[in-house]
Amino acid sequence: MTGPANDGERISKPAHVRADANMENYDKVRDSFSWEAAESALDGLPGGHLNIAHEAIDRHVAAGHGEQIALRWIAKSGARTDYTYGELFRLTNRFANVLRDNGLERGDKVYALLGRVPELYIAALGTLKAGCVFCPLFSAFGPEPIHARMEIGGANALITSKRLYQRKVAGIRDRLPQLRCLFTTDDAKVAGTRHLQPLMDSASDIFETVPTDPEDTALLHFTSGTTGKPKGVVHVHQAVVAHHTTGRLALDLRAGDIYWCTADPGWVTGTSYGIIAPLTNRTTMIVDEAEFDINRWYDILFEEAVNVWYTAPTAIRMLMKAGAEALGGRTFPHLRFMASVGEPLNPEAVIWGNDTFGQPFHDNWWQTETGGIMIANYAAMDVKPGSMGKPLPGITAGIVKVADGKATELTAPMSMGELALRPGWPSMMRGYLHEQARYDKCFKDGWYLSGDLAMRDADGYFWFVGRADDLIKSAGHFVGPFEVESALMEHDAVAEVAVIGLPDEAAGQIVKAFVALKPGFEPGDDLRLNLMGHARKRLGPAVAPKDIAFRQNLPKTRSGKIMRRLLKARELGLPEGDISTLESDEA
Amino acid sequence: MNDKDIRALMIRQLGQIAPDVPFDTVDPDADLRDEFDIDSMDFLTLITALGKELGLSMPETDYDQMRSFVGLQRYLSSHVT
Repeated sequence: MTGPANDGERISKPAHVRADANMENYDKVRDSFSWEAAESALDGLPGGHLNIAHEAIDRHVAAGHGEQIALRWIAKSGARTDYTYGELFRLTNRFANVLRDNGLERGDKVYALLGRVPELYIAALGTLKAGCVFCPLFSAFGPEPIHARMEIGGANALITSKRLYQRKVAGIRDRLPQLRCLFTTDDAKVAGTRHLQPLMDSASDIFETVPTDPEDTALLHFTSGTTGKPKGVVHVHQAVVAHHTTGRLALDLRAGDIYWCTADPGWVTGTSYGIIAPLTNRTTMIVDEAEFDINRWYDILFEEAVNVWYTAPTAIRMLMKAGAEALGGRTFPHLRFMASVGEPLNPEAVIWGNDTFGQPFHDNWWQTETGGIMIANYAAMDVKPGSMGKPLPGITAGIVKVADGKATELTAPMSMGELALRPGWPSMMRGYLHEQARYDKCFKDGWYLSGDLAMRDADGYFWFVGRADDLIKSAGHFVGPFEVESALMEHDAVAEVAVIGLPDEAAGQIVKAFVALKPGFEPGDDLRLNLMGHARKRLGPAVAPKDIAFRQNLPKTRSGKIMRRLLKARELGLPEGDISTLESDEA
Repeated sequence: MNDKDIRALMIRQLGQIAPDVPFDTVDPDADLRDEFDIDSMDFLTLITALGKELGLSMPETDYDQMRSFVGLQRYLSSHVT
């Protein structure tokens, strides 16, 4: 039995690759696996306490690895700066002391709005050392997504740059009463902000990592819903057990590896696998400040002799498009494992990886809510291109059908249903902040329901089919249509609006808005640009629509709900499906 | 097409993608994506539009020469006949 899109295709692993992998035999490891045993790979703190930062840095320094490079930062200019585990230990201690010196206590929420600069990594780990909660924000968000996420989380402190402060924070600051401290990585010379560097210089580099309880909140990540505000996903220090274990099993990370995760820490991948797992596994992390660039990326893989590379479909597809000549004769003899996440990687890209790098990209699947990789293709396991692989040891996944308020597992191969997981792994979210009802809705009859539709084949490989709702995934990140619609509704000309995702060769999906205007407004290019600018100013380029179309009216149900599904089907020339609830149609 | 025309075309195309960023507020020597607050997708849209208008094929491997407004302008000037 093989997957749908690629009949008969299967990439086998040579014996020496299988023998060399961290997990040589998936079935054997899975059978004997327990999370309790997995936890013993970590140190913990006396009295049953556990702190992510201790596992990521302190314990390695104590074990004599202080001289190993923990982070190699590549600035936009191409200049390299290295930070050893010992240096990171002292810098994160200083940062924790800066927080204390500025009145931030255990449990306070510390946010970062930064590009991929060293301060971001130091702030993340220093915050955890201080027992505070770390929340990263994506720097391509505009003021409104930033405000919503800071307000919901009750941000007490923010670390940002002068540029991002001026463009995105200055205008919303008055609306954030809980925000007590604002640090900038360069001297903003603005009242009420403090330049971080002199504070770091004068802070002590001695700090005793707070012995947090394993169930204390450590991280807050936001994800978008179809309706309502973004959801603040709560993760605890115990999650480090899953970060560490999945880094070892699903990414094949080993102490001393050169590891490059291209994800931005503004998203969960860039934190779980761009900060925590690589450090707990004592690798050397490569961090590139610049955005995607083909020559630059191939140079980094080559010059840094990267061993393990974790990237995303959008980038892989762009590399693939540029073809073999873009490699410029570069070869990558050190590259041992390549993985991809964010959205399903198309079979062609998996095979292209195999032809180009001598190994396939290993797709894996997880969500902000799961905190870590749940289903993956492994170094020692055959890859079926287009499949997300098999559940991690310690993870039980199923395909379920939810009907009449009950969730029933579908066990026949290739049955389509909702991808569901049995809760209980260490990095499972502990809640949506202040949203108990939305959290409860994720669970039914002992399953966590992912909202993704999938199938499982007879060999136990899982295959992604689509989303069960209207969420848009653009460049690997969820965009909530409601958040975009709300911003557009604020415009004087807009009567109603619906936002959908349209297929895009590189990004997976792009955001498109359909707008019906109020009387007295005429559709046209000027108004379209005006609306685009309005949306970009509020939402930023990562969330704002890339295209806007005008309609006289939008299709709605009897209860007045706009039928996004119908708009999308029409835009793509697909069957309209069940339109029995359609009351007023577009014109 | 002379330098002035190329510059005007660039400003027009950027105005389509980032209409909220007035050209006189940006530093033409600094990072183009930062200055216009555009992401990788917007950048691709820009390059595709410019390539189409100028009849240029602009391969992905040349993108590192287009990191600033000035860099992009220089690239276009030297490739347009």
